[in-house]
Amino acid sequence: MNWFSFITATSFMPVPATKESGDVDNLYIFLLVSGLISFIILIGGMVIFIFKYRRKTEDQKSAYITHNTLAEFLWSFIPFVIMMVIFAWGWSVFHDLRRVGEKGDVEVHVTARQWAWTFKYANDIEINSPSDKKLVENDPDSTLLKPEIVVVPVGKTIRFILTSDDVLHSFYVPAFRNKMDAVPGRRTTFTFTPIEKGDFTVFCTEYCGTKHSNMMATIRVVDGEQFAAWQAEKLAASAGASNKGPAERGEALFKGSLGCGGCHSIDGSRIVGPTFKGLYGNKRDFADGSSVTADDAYIKQSILVPTAKIVAGYPPAMSSFQGRIKEDEIKDIIEFIKTLK
Amino acid sequence: MAHEQHNYLNHQKGIWSWLTTLDHKRIGIMYFVAIMSFFFLGGVFALLVRAELFTPGKTLFSADVYNRMMTYHGAIMVFMVIVPGIPAIFGNFVLPIMIGAKDVAFPRLNLMSWYMLMIGAMITGSTLFMQNVDTGWTFYTPYSSIKTGMGVIPMVLGVFIIGFSSILTGLNFIVTTHKLRAPGMTMNRIPLMVWALYSTAILQVLATPVLAITLLLLIAEKALGVGIFDPQLGGDPVLFQHFFWFYSHPAVYIMILPAMGVISELVATYSRKVIFGYTAIAYSSLAIAGVSFLVWGHHMFVSGQSEFAGILFSFITMLVGVPTAIKLFNWISTMYKGSIRLDAPMLFAIGFMFLFTIGGLTGVYLASTGMDVHFHDTYFVVAHFHYVMVGGTLMALMGALIYWFPKVTGKIYSDLLGRIAWVFIFTGFNVTFFPQFILGNMGMPRRYYDYLPTFTELNQMSTFGSWLIGTGFLVGLFGVFHALLKGKEAGNNPFGGKTLEWTIPSPPPHENFDKTPVISGGPYEYR
Ligand code: HEM
Ligand SMILES: [Cu+2]
Repeated sequence: MNWFSFITATSFMPVPATKESGDVDNLYIFLLVSGLISFIILIGGMVIFIFKYRRKTEDQKSAYITHNTLAEFLWSFIPFVIMMVIFAWGWSVFHDLRRVGEKGDVEVHVTARQWAWTFKYANDIEINSPSDKKLVENDPDSTLLKPEIVVVPVGKTIRFILTSDDVLHSFYVPAFRNKMDAVPGRRTTFTFTPIEKGDFTVFCTEYCGTKHSNMMATIRVVDGEQFAAWQAEKLAASAGASNKGPAERGEALFKGSLGCGGCHSIDGSRIVGPTFKGLYGNKRDFADGSSVTADDAYIKQSILVPTAKIVAGYPPAMSSFQGRIKEDEIKDIIEFIKTLK
Repeated sequence: MAHEQHNYLNHQKGIWSWLTTLDHKRIGIMYFVAIMSFFFLGGVFALLVRAELFTPGKTLFSADVYNRMMTYHGAIMVFMVIVPGIPAIFGNFVLPIMIGAKDVAFPRLNLMSWYMLMIGAMITGSTLFMQNVDTGWTFYTPYSSIKTGMGVIPMVLGVFIIGFSSILTGLNFIVTTHKLRAPGMTMNRIPLMVWALYSTAILQVLATPVLAITLLLLIAEKALGVGIFDPQLGGDPVLFQHFFWFYSHPAVYIMILPAMGVISELVATYSRKVIFGYTAIAYSSLAIAGVSFLVWGHHMFVSGQSEFAGILFSFITMLVGVPTAIKLFNWISTMYKGSIRLDAPMLFAIGFMFLFTIGGLTGVYLASTGMDVHFHDTYFVVAHFHYVMVGGTLMALMGALIYWFPKVTGKIYSDLLGRIAWVFIFTGFNVTFFPQFILGNMGMPRRYYDYLPTFTELNQMSTFGSWLIGTGFLVGLFGVFHALLKGKEAGNNPFGGKTLEWTIPSPPPHENFDKTPVISGGPYEYR
């Protein structure tokens, strides 16, 4: 962080990476400058009065001024006009950020879920946001997972169609100066036209539970050819995956598009949910006192109806994967879990 | 004075006489003790929250524990400290005296309001030991209704009861102001503190029931599965936000209007000058109260509500900015050609104006739709509302405490201790919250347990500042005990105030006035 850059108004904003973010920054500079001037007038005036009219002798008299119609009119009217300018300017910027109903050159369905984003392209490429690697690898206390990368082409209009599987989340990219809630049972859109290449962080800004602060993704803006190459590579990889054995396919699902790794570890450590290490074939104790041996039926039920049996000591935090997972994918995952002795 | 004076403190004796008292002055003191204990608790949570954020990653607690502390900090501070704070403590004490009345209109209701606050606080507080709540003070659905523990139910039930305490106090103040004014005290002669409390009372009575209904609906959904907010049951998750902010936006003015009243009193007394634009200040309070009902949607610019709704709410929000600005101009011009003394309460008034100006101006940023999209739910918003609410309300609360302390207890609060507290609170406050504006610029979202390493330095500054504020309030508290034990005798009017409370003995007699005063002029006639 460069303290010297404080004098340039927007120095603390991330680089403006979309067509509309430059307009937001212009509005911001206006707000900052007009705000600073108002602050100087008000507080400057106050400070001057404090020194000029300090009580020096105990019998010092004050002037008797009850009001002044002209002054009062001016200091109501001038702020009013300035605020109307800020309002209208904000409106026009807002309109460009929203672009309701506009179709994108690239359209991606984004599903929010505690605590991951799933991006699904028209050609079925699917990216799930957290990886199973720590963001800061050498810090054992870091709770942030390295975000997975989502690629979009520069210069094109991109439309993300947002929804949520469970609670409210909010899709926020500081470098784009844009944000939109992901609402269960509703679709909202997040439209942007990137003009800068690079990696940009997505945050979740609507509080959504334990790992709210870890709900990140990375949007990588590249040029058209790189984008096409990335898509081809992803499609080839998913074709390749179907040639693998079931346990390997299950592992890919666990780490990739389903994002189980965000809550379940495979090395025995405790994250949000219970670890999968040594799960298969062993006894599970539930919050209601009952217990069962983890077999295929139990694992399947836990994926489809997670609230049916809650493992003792864990919150009922998982949401159902009903509708998002296929029958043979469940089988693959079970095969993968069997390998985790 | 040789023989002991007869006053409200020694009028009756024993703890029972306090717990059953109908005297507005004693009830004010009971509120003071209760609310300061809540404040202490909320403050401890605040310090813990900031301590956790000292380094990225886990510093002291797990994410779940952090989320709970963040929730308790917010809920305690908002519902149990800042909302009842000034009206319940100082409003109760000075409002009847300022209008020349013997008590509030309904003394029994007044006592009942105190008990409701205590019962509500106990129910809410009990969740600390049973089932913790991690929703944040806003209780947004469907997280609160389907995804987190049942502790939410007692938590909001407590808030519901506290809400009733607020409604009853408001009702009491409205009737008192209308019915019990001394002869000659027209509405245009009541002190500005009373105007502020009166406008607040209107908000309390009209807005709080909406919160009550919302919380009941939340309980109905959570306990009985009635589909109101949860989309899986056919409800609408955004509906909760509409309900919630329909109360909570006016509530931010419930928090700040009384503070504005205090500032009007302090500025007039310590500038020894007639207040500038009495009518403008008085009626802008009412204007703020009225318009603040129509702006709730500015908390929802990115919730998926229509673009048109966003624009409309933005426009109306700008309109609230104007009366707010007017007040600042009025206070500052009251100081013009005044005879100003920088005693501790005046320092707090000046601190208020400084912080409130920053808070108010950044409110304009947020009211502008295009800008708010970037800042919404980031640390910029956290900084904004702490500047207005804490910088505003708590500064005023401290000022009010030192200013009326002699009237309440008969002892003078040490000006030196007041100034030391001020230095710590004021600097600490800016060190804590100013960096948060920058964090918001950089894009750090609020309610974050962990953050990217780039946000580290600013978070550390902020945590450091929180220790300064904590120290400041401890000094302030020490000042209270110091004054009670060692304070100088106050006399009737140590600061040269003009309002009615300064015409009676300190501490006041049981029924305030020996003879009902007759009023023949405005409240601030310094000539
Ligand atoms: C009078 C004193 C004020 C108080 C006590 C106050 C209080 C608050 C509080 C508590 C919040 C945050 C609520 C939350 O999400 O937890 C907030 C947000 C907001 N305030 Fe203020 N405020 C004040 C003045 C203003 C002014 C003068 C304006 C505009 C002209 C304004 C505009 C806003 C906006 C637009 C938001 C929503 C920001 C967002 O969530 O993105 N406020 N205020
Ligand atoms: Cu989220």
